[in-house]
Amino acid sequence: MKNLITLLLLLTLSFGAYASEGVELQEADVDLGDKTSLLRGAKHFVTYCLGCHSIKHVRYLRIALDTHADEKEVLKDIAPFGASIYDPMLSAMNKHDAERWFGTQPPDLSLIARVRGADWLYSYLKSYYSDTKRPFGVNNLVFEDTAMPNPLWQLQGEQHIETRKTIYGDQKELLLAKEGVLSEKEFDLMVNDLVTFLVYVGEPTQLDRQSMGKYVLIFLFLFLVLAYLLKKEYWKDIH
Amino acid sequence: MNNEGVDQSKRQFLTTALTVVGAVGTGYLAVPFLSQMQPSVKTMAAGAPVDVDLSKMETGQLIRVAWRGKPVWVLNRTPEVLATLKTLDGELRDPESLESLQPASSKNAVRSVKPEIFVAVGLCTHLGCSPTFRPEVSPPDLGEKWKGGFFCPCHGSWFDLAGRVYSGVPAPTNLEVPPHRYVTDTLLIVGEPAEGESV
Amino acid sequence: MKPSRLTACGEWVLDRFPLASLWKDHMTHYYAPRNFNFWYFFGSLALLVLVNQFITGILLTMNYKPDAKLAFDSVEYIMRDVSWGWLVRYMHSTGASAFFIVVYLHMFRGIMYGSFKQPRELIWIFGMLIFVALMAEAFMGYLLPWGQMSYWGAQVIISLFSAIPVIGDELSLWIRGDYVVSDATLNRFFAFHVIAVPLVLVMLVFMHIVALHEVGSNNPDGIDIKKLKDKNGIPLDGIPFHPYYTVKDLVGVGVFLIFFATVIFYMPEMGGYFLEHANFIPADPMKTPEHIAPVWYFTPFYAILRAIPDKFAGVIGMGGAIVVLFLLPWLDRNPVRSIRYRGGIYKKALALFVISFIALGYLGTQPATPVATNVARVFTVIYFGFFLLMPLYTRWEKTKPVPDRVTEELSFEEQIPALMETFEEITEITPEPVDDGQHHAFRSVFFSRRPNPEGMRNVATRLAKKLKESLD
Repeated sequence: MKNLITLLLLLTLSFGAYASEGVELQEADVDLGDKTSLLRGAKHFVTYCLGCHSIKHVRYLRIALDTHADEKEVLKDIAPFGASIYDPMLSAMNKHDAERWFGTQPPDLSLIARVRGADWLYSYLKSYYSDTKRPFGVNNLVFEDTAMPNPLWQLQGEQHIETRKTIYGDQKELLLAKEGVLSEKEFDLMVNDLVTFLVYVGEPTQLDRQSMGKYVLIFLFLFLVLAYLLKKEYWKDIH
Repeated sequence: MNNEGVDQSKRQFLTTALTVVGAVGTGYLAVPFLSQMQPSVKTMAAGAPVDVDLSKMETGQLIRVAWRGKPVWVLNRTPEVLATLKTLDGELRDPESLESLQPASSKNAVRSVKPEIFVAVGLCTHLGCSPTFRPEVSPPDLGEKWKGGFFCPCHGSWFDLAGRVYSGVPAPTNLEVPPHRYVTDTLLIVGEPAEGESV
Repeated sequence: MKPSRLTACGEWVLDRFPLASLWKDHMTHYYAPRNFNFWYFFGSLALLVLVNQFITGILLTMNYKPDAKLAFDSVEYIMRDVSWGWLVRYMHSTGASAFFIVVYLHMFRGIMYGSFKQPRELIWIFGMLIFVALMAEAFMGYLLPWGQMSYWGAQVIISLFSAIPVIGDELSLWIRGDYVVSDATLNRFFAFHVIAVPLVLVMLVFMHIVALHEVGSNNPDGIDIKKLKDKNGIPLDGIPFHPYYTVKDLVGVGVFLIFFATVIFYMPEMGGYFLEHANFIPADPMKTPEHIAPVWYFTPFYAILRAIPDKFAGVIGMGGAIVVLFLLPWLDRNPVRSIRYRGGIYKKALALFVISFIALGYLGTQPATPVATNVARVFTVIYFGFFLLMPLYTRWEKTKPVPDRVTEELSFEEQIPALMETFEEITEITPEPVDDGQHHAFRSVFFSRRPNPEGMRNVATRLAKKLKESLD
């Protein structure tokens, strides 16, 4: 029995060590109920991301319906010129060009938030730094040697990497070397809007699902109470 | 086991209550299950209104466009055809289109907004085959009485070039005219009702 | 009174179909022991989940496309564009995991109360066949979304067959229908998943129930209730299945559905255990994900596979872990069924088995570090030890006398006063700062109480003593 406990302890320790590897992620503040944030995120996506990345599983119509925005407004403010409200969010970039420029095809981002999680995306978009060894002159602290150039660099400014020695070993830190168009706070808010939008497109039904859930549960409790009373009534015969 | 002194009415009440709640729950579950067989958003997107450019259309020409997956005909009728249409009333089942489907703007003698441009869903009102376009007069296979029109090869229904059905054929009503409106003189949208109409 | 049309119509059917006697034999005059406890809910719940999987599965088939180019997108199409498709899909994916939870608990019940022993060996065998069919069904169903985990999971598991000497490579090629998992594999897995295996499952479930109703249900005391009957030939400890257990199972259904709905509406991914994150990336035959793990219900067996440092032996070990379960009725040499009257050695062995099963399950989800692999080896030995040493230790076992009649157990509501007492013992009331003149009954019960270390120690000691006693 004692050996077993030692083993279990050993086990938790070894996995604890495993889990702490990698960069610590920053927390995104995703509130899907905030429709204006969602719409801002959609606009940022079309402006900065849609050039290369599609969201083929979401139509502009869906965004209008879910944010209670007017279809015409969505077409005018968010969708690229000439898109129909029924169109999915497709990038105009051609496959061959993409492979020539980036060496790989930019992935479709419909489900990226379900793969990576909001915090990862938020940290990733904020963790670009200058690195002359890379083809686009930038590298990323969260996703090393990423093939994607930093589309937001003009907004964020230029970051440099610094290595600091601490008792825990070397720690890498990013420092703003050149100011961007946006202040740090504005930039964080913008990235947060973008991540909120990506979380939304990962599963557009998630808000409906959650708001529906409570009614289903209340109903099931009612069912349970009646079933319990009935059972109790019948089982009087037996006890 | 002891069955004496059992309050049967309480049992009955609880059983009924639970049955009702269970039935309501099953009903609520059935709604999503059944409605998932409804047309999806993708299907509806494919059923979005279709633009038709009329600027390059010649007289007598028929073009086919797909709207909601159905063939829709746009026919540019010649003045001779329009003249013939007026003479046919006696041979038709519903010459005034009283029992047939069309938007109010097309409910007239030639069944169209503009007299020469005829728009119709190209599916026979009998059992849904797509009739063939036979504009020629008195061809050998259709006989003397054929004045130009649409002939359904499946069950032999006859329609004139306003989509009106002849008497004595299986099809019950005239061909359906879909909702449509003119954006400009030469740009037609099929699938969107004209102003002041509902679909 | 003249019989109504409806009654006449009903009688017409009853004259030609034995509906009434079926109902009588299997519901109103099927006598089940009166002392079923918590563990006896899971059989009927498994049936409920099976029905759920059938209905939602049929609906999914209407929009799913078994084609390597279209499969992934068709699932997302169901999730987004099909009305209520998301609900149907989540009911199906959550149902798959729920099925295994329910079935594992159902099997544990059987092991705990000796439900596999004479005369119920065949019920156990049918049950085990259902379990194997279920694993096949789940495995093939998991390929269908055609995500990265689907693809590489299938690749790994099908490659297991190539470990078989001589025919292995040919066999795995034949199963895939291609050199790697591909469109051909997807299409045939779809055929198996929606037609072949469900048919087998339904037949096996039918036989499982027929065999059960032939010999009658076991119970937590492991007593044969048919030994003592009243003058009408009804077992003294038996009660009609309907209405008593139908109404009781409805309560179980209610509780189950509350958990089920909570997962569907609030946590359909269940933190990556029910729907794995990497499975939201379309399958890519050129790139394996960094960490691949099967869905949680396969992980105990997967951990055994990884623990054995030889390909063929690993496959044998994994298959053996399931085969030994089939042999259970003949490995256990002790005639006493219920754990309540068995010796301490069996109780300890069973406890170790449960720990090792859960630990293997956890290890299977984790990356195979050297430490983890060694730990998995220890648990693999315990897992097999439980079964293979059983013929020995069950013979030495000192059992307790089994009573003639079933014993009464306290129901949950009867235990509430005792639970409240324990709660009062481990907490103490803090003086209320201000009395605003209103009486807060709820507050005085819960919120004005603080933990009481003294009481907690007492309760913990008592629990430990009780646990030790129950293991003897």
